[in-house]
Amino acid sequence: MTTTTAERRTAAPAPATEAHEVTGWAVLRRGLALSPQVMEGLGVTLLLALLSTVGASVVPIVVRAAIDDGLGDGSQMDEGRIFLYAGLTLVVVLLTAGAGYAMRVRLFTRSEVALSDLRVRAFRHVHDLSVLTQSSERRGVLVSRVTSDIDQISLFLQFTGVMIVVSVGQMLVATMIMAYYSWQLTLVVLVCFLPLWLSLTLFAKHMSRAYDTVRRTVGEMIAVIAEPVVGASVVRSYAIERRTQRRVDAGIDRNYRANIRAQSIVAVTFASAGVAGGLANAGVIALGVVLGVAGGLSMGTVIAFAFLVGLFVGPAQQATQVITDAQNAIASWRRVIALLDTPADVVDPGERGTTIPDEPLGARFADVAFAYPGGPRVLTDVDVEIAPRQRVAVVGETGSGKTTFAKLLTRLMDPVEGAVLLGGVDLRDVPFSDLRRHVVMVPQEGFLFDATLRENLQYGRSGATDAELETAFTDLGLADWYAGLPQGLDTPVGQRGESLSAGERQLVALVRAALADPAFLVLDEATSAVDPQTELRATRALDTLLSGRTSVTIAHRLSTAESADRVLVFDAGRLVQDGSHAELLAEGGVYGRLHASWVAQSNLPGRMDA
Amino acid sequence: MSVDTAAPDDLTGTDDRIMRRGFGLLGRGIVAEKWWFTVSVVGSLLYGAMTVADAWVLGWATDHVIRPSFERGDVAEGALWTSVFLFIGVAVLRALGIVGRRLVGGLVYYRLIADYRRRVTRQYLSLPMSWHHRHPTGQLLSNANADVEATWAVFMPLPMALGVVAMLLTAIVAMVEADVVLTLVGLVVFPALFGINVFYQRWLSPKAARAQSLRGDVSAVAHESFDGATVVKSLGREADETERFRAATERLRDANIEVGRIRSVFDPLLEALPNLGILLVIVLGVGRVASGAAEPGDVVQVAYLFTVVAFPVRAIGWVLGELPRSVVSWDRVDSVLAATGSMQYGDRTLPGAGAVQLDLRDVTYTFPDADRPVLSHLDLHVGRGSVTAVVGSTGSGKSTLTSLLVRLVDPEQGRVELDGVDVRTLTHDDLAAAVALVPQSTFLFDDSVRENVTLGSEHVDDATVWDALRTVQAEDFVRALPDGLDTQLGERGTTLSGGQRQRLALARALVRRPRLLVMDDATSALDPDVERRILSELAARTSDGTGPTVLVVAYRKATIALADEVVFLQAGRIADRGPHHELVVRSAAYRDLVDAYDQAREAQ
Repeated sequence: MTTTTAERRTAAPAPATEAHEVTGWAVLRRGLALSPQVMEGLGVTLLLALLSTVGASVVPIVVRAAIDDGLGDGSQMDEGRIFLYAGLTLVVVLLTAGAGYAMRVRLFTRSEVALSDLRVRAFRHVHDLSVLTQSSERRGVLVSRVTSDIDQISLFLQFTGVMIVVSVGQMLVATMIMAYYSWQLTLVVLVCFLPLWLSLTLFAKHMSRAYDTVRRTVGEMIAVIAEPVVGASVVRSYAIERRTQRRVDAGIDRNYRANIRAQSIVAVTFASAGVAGGLANAGVIALGVVLGVAGGLSMGTVIAFAFLVGLFVGPAQQATQVITDAQNAIASWRRVIALLDTPADVVDPGERGTTIPDEPLGARFADVAFAYPGGPRVLTDVDVEIAPRQRVAVVGETGSGKTTFAKLLTRLMDPVEGAVLLGGVDLRDVPFSDLRRHVVMVPQEGFLFDATLRENLQYGRSGATDAELETAFTDLGLADWYAGLPQGLDTPVGQRGESLSAGERQLVALVRAALADPAFLVLDEATSAVDPQTELRATRALDTLLSGRTSVTIAHRLSTAESADRVLVFDAGRLVQDGSHAELLAEGGVYGRLHASWVAQSNLPGRMDA
Repeated sequence: MSVDTAAPDDLTGTDDRIMRRGFGLLGRGIVAEKWWFTVSVVGSLLYGAMTVADAWVLGWATDHVIRPSFERGDVAEGALWTSVFLFIGVAVLRALGIVGRRLVGGLVYYRLIADYRRRVTRQYLSLPMSWHHRHPTGQLLSNANADVEATWAVFMPLPMALGVVAMLLTAIVAMVEADVVLTLVGLVVFPALFGINVFYQRWLSPKAARAQSLRGDVSAVAHESFDGATVVKSLGREADETERFRAATERLRDANIEVGRIRSVFDPLLEALPNLGILLVIVLGVGRVASGAAEPGDVVQVAYLFTVVAFPVRAIGWVLGELPRSVVSWDRVDSVLAATGSMQYGDRTLPGAGAVQLDLRDVTYTFPDADRPVLSHLDLHVGRGSVTAVVGSTGSGKSTLTSLLVRLVDPEQGRVELDGVDVRTLTHDDLAAAVALVPQSTFLFDDSVRENVTLGSEHVDDATVWDALRTVQAEDFVRALPDGLDTQLGERGTTLSGGQRQRLALARALVRRPRLLVMDDATSALDPDVERRILSELAARTSDGTGPTVLVVAYRKATIALADEVVFLQAGRIADRGPHHELVVRSAAYRDLVDAYDQAREAQ
C-alpha cells in the first residue's frame, strides 16, 4: 500500500518550467529588463569602463614617441617634447584611474542593489508557488534560485561581464593603434593569436565539462563524508568501518581527479596565450626591422608593438575562464527568469475579493477533483458539506487523498474541477489576508523557526504582547509547562525547533494556532511517538483549542476518529464512507479494516481492565 | 567607511601571532608535499625568470637588432634570428613554467586537501561515539569539507608568490645591470606595489569574510522559510517572511557594496602604478641616454619590466590575505585530528549459535556532562529466545541501555554479557555479527537498496535480501521501485517515506541473522497495521527458536503486547518488571505511561 507513496514522490509534480531554451542574448536582455537598476546609467558605466582601458593603451604611444623623438638613437633628443608627452600621458593615466574607480563604484552599487531586489522578488514568488508545499524534494533547488544562482549573476555583472567589455575594448583600441601604425605588423599579431581565438570555444567546452564533473564529484563526496558522521552509530554497530572508509576514500579521490583535470585545462589555456605572445613579439621584431630598413616604419613603432602585444596576452589568458564563467552566469540567469515566469498558480484576488463572514464557519466541497500538473487524479468527485462547529476526522491509508483534501481546504492549492467553499464563499474569491484569519492549518510536526519562543508564537498573531502570549498558554492548560521554561518567552527553539522535544514543538504549534484564533482549523495529526506526559498535555490543549470551532483532522489514531462528530473515509482518491464512528463501524468496509488494525494495537489489557 | 581594521599600526600582537602560525602552517604543507612543491616552485621560478627575460630580450633586441639595423639601413640578420629564437624560446620556457606553477601547484593543493580529508574522516571512524555526541553534525561535516579546503587554500597562490619574489630579485638585478638610476624607479615602484597589495588584502579579507558569512545567513533564512512553507502560508505570513528575507539580503548587499568600494579604490590604483613607473623611467631615461650613461635598450627594457611584473606581484597579497583564514580553519581541523581515544575491542569470538542470553550486571552509565547517572546499578537478565520490551518515559535511560549492547558506549561500571561472555572481550566483527541494533532514526547510505541492506557483506545473496524484505513488509514497495534492488537511494536517488526507511533499517538488521536483535523505537513511523504484522512475525520466529532474542524499546501497546516480559525503567533504574497484564495491575506509574493516549481522551 505504501508503494504508491514512493511512486508519487519520485513522480513529483512538474518542476517550475525550464521549458524552452532561449539564447544567451535573449536571457541577457530579459535579465537586464528585470533589473532596471542595472540598466540605469549603464551606458555611462560602460563608457567609463572603456575609458579606464585607455591608460594602458596610451603608454605604448608615448614609448614610440619618446624613442622616435631622439631616445632611440640618443642624438638629437627633443627633451621638451618627450616631457610634454609624458606629462600628457600622466594626466591620461590618472584620469583613467579615476574613470576605473567611478566605473567600479557604479557597477558594484547598482548591481548589488538590483540583485538584492531580484533576490527578494524571486523569494516572494517562490512563496506564491504551490509546488513549495507539494514537493519537499524541490525545496533545495528553490533555495539555490535565490542564493547561488543570484551570486553567479552578481559575479557576472561585477567581474566577468566587465572583463569582457574591457578586454574586447582594450584589444580593439590596441588593434586600431596598431593598424594606424602598420597594417603588416598588425596582421602578424592577429595571425599569431588567431589559432588561440579559434580554439577558444573548444577550450571553453572542455573546461565547462570539467567544472561540471568537479561540481558533481563535490556533491558525491559530501554525501559519502556524511556517512561516518551522520551514520556513525550504524557504521559502529555493524562494524563496517573499513567499507565506509573505502567509500569515503573513493569519493575524495574522484573529486581530486576531477579537480586536477580542470586544473590542467586552465594551465594549458594560460600557457598557450603566453606562447602566442612570444611568437607575436618575434614576428613583429623580425618583420618590423625588415620593413623599417626598407623605409616604411620608425624604430619607435617596432618597439611600441611589443608593448601593444602585451595588451593581447592578458585577455587571451583569461578568455577561456571568462567564457566558462559567463556561460554559468547565463544559465543561472535563465533559471531565475524561468522561476519568475512560472505563473503563481494560487492567486490572491486581493481587494476585489469577497470576505468570509465572521461567524462559525461551515465548508463545502462541490464536485471537487484534484491532480498535480501532468499527473493522474489524486482526488475525484468529492462532494461533501461540513456544518459549522462540526468536529470532523479524515481517515484513510497513505496516498488515499486525505492530505490533499486538507490542503484544498486551506487553499494551499486549487481544485482542477469543482469548488471549495468556506462560509458560502468560493475560496478562490477570498483575499488571502481574510482567508488566513478564518482558517489555519496545523502541520504534523509543528514546524518552528530558528528564533525565540516569543517570535514563533507571534507568527500566529503579529505584535501580540507577552501578556497575550502567556494568557494563550493558560487558556490551553499549558501554564505549568510554560512555567517550567527557565528563559520563558526568550527560550531559543533552535533550528526547526530542535532544542525542544517533538512533543513540545507540537505544544508551541497549538498555542500559535490558538493565537491566530480562526473559526476553522485543519490539523494533521502527528504520527511519531512523543513522550507520553507531553502527549497528554497536547491532547488536552487540542481539545480546548477545538471547542467552539469547526475542525478537520487528518487522523492517525482510533481515539481521534472515535471522538469526532463525523468521520470521512478516503480510499484511492475518493470519499468512500461518511458518518459517525459507530455508523461506519456497523457498515464495515474500508473503515472496518482500518479500525481492526487500530484495535489490534490498542485493545490490550490496560487501565480499564485494571 | 570604517578603516579601523586596516591601518598597519593597528596590527596587534595577535595578528603577528596569527601570521607566525600561518607560516608554520605553510611549513607543514610544504614538508608534506616536498617533492611536488619543489617542482611547482621550480616551475614558478622559471616563469618568473622568463618573465624578466622577456623584457631583457626586448632590450637586447633594441640595442642589437633594431637600432643597428635602423642606423645602418640594413638588416642585422644574425642578431635578428637570435632575437627571434630568444623571444620564442623564452615564451616556450615561460609556458613550461606556467604549467609547472599552475598544474603542479594545483596538484600540491588538491593532494593536501585529499590527504587531510582522509585523515579527518579516519578520525571520525575511529573516535568513540561519546566524542561524536559532543560535536554537532554540521560542524563535523564542515570540518571535513570547507575547513580542510580553506586551510590549504593559501597553497593555490603560494608557488606564484614565491616565483614573484624571485622575479622581483631578478628584475632588480636586470635593472642594476641596465642602469642604476632607472633601478631606483624600480626600487620605489616594486615595494609600493607590494605594500599596497598587502594593505589591500588585509583590509579586504575581514570584510570579504563578513560578506561570506552574511551569504550563509541569507541561505539559512531561505532554507528555513521554504521548509516551513506550510506554516508560512497557512498563517498568511508570506509578507513578513519576505521582509525577514529582505533584511538578510540587504545586510549582504551592504557588505558586498563595502567590499566593492575597497576593490574600486585599489584595482585602478594597482593598474595605474606600473604605468606611472614607465613614464618616470622615460622621463629619467631621456637624461640618462642624453648623458650617455644608458643605452636606449636599457630604458625600453626597464619600462617593459613594469608591464610584465605588475600583475604577478598581486600573488603575494593573495597569500598574505589568505593566511589568517587558513589559520582559523586549521585550528578547527586540528581539533579533530588531535582528538584521541577509540573503542578497544577484544579478541574472543562468541561460541555457539542461535539466540543468546543477555545479562547486564550492576551497570552504571553517566553522560560526560551530566551530574547524575542515566543508568545506575542496573541488573537485567534476558533469557535466550525471549522477547523483552523496555518501557519508560523520556530520559529514563532506554536508549542508553540499547547503545551499551552494541558498545556504542561502555558502562563506567559493571558489564554486559552475552551467554556469560563480557562483550568487551569480543572482536568488533564478532560483536557486530551477534548483536544488531535498529536505532530510533534511520540512516540510509547514498547507495542501492541492496547495498543498504547487505552493507557490502558478500555472504548475503539476493534471495536472503528478499527474504528479509518480505519479513519487514517491504517486498512490495521495493519491487515497485524503478530498478528494484538496484534503485539508488539518498540525495540524488529515490526518496523514501519514513516508514519505508524504517523497514529497510529492520531488513538490514535481520539479513545478518543476529543472535540478539535490539530495536530502539524503530517502528514509530509505520502504519499500525504494518507494524503489527512485522512484530508478530518476529515474535513468532523467536518463540519457535529460529529467530534471535529480542529487546525492544516501545511506547505502543502493539509492541508491548508481543513481549514475554516488560521491563519498566524509571530514572535509570528498573522500577518493575513482569508480563504486561501484571504490571498494569501493580504499577500506577506504568499504567499512566502506557495509557496516556486513552486517558487524555477520557479526561474530557
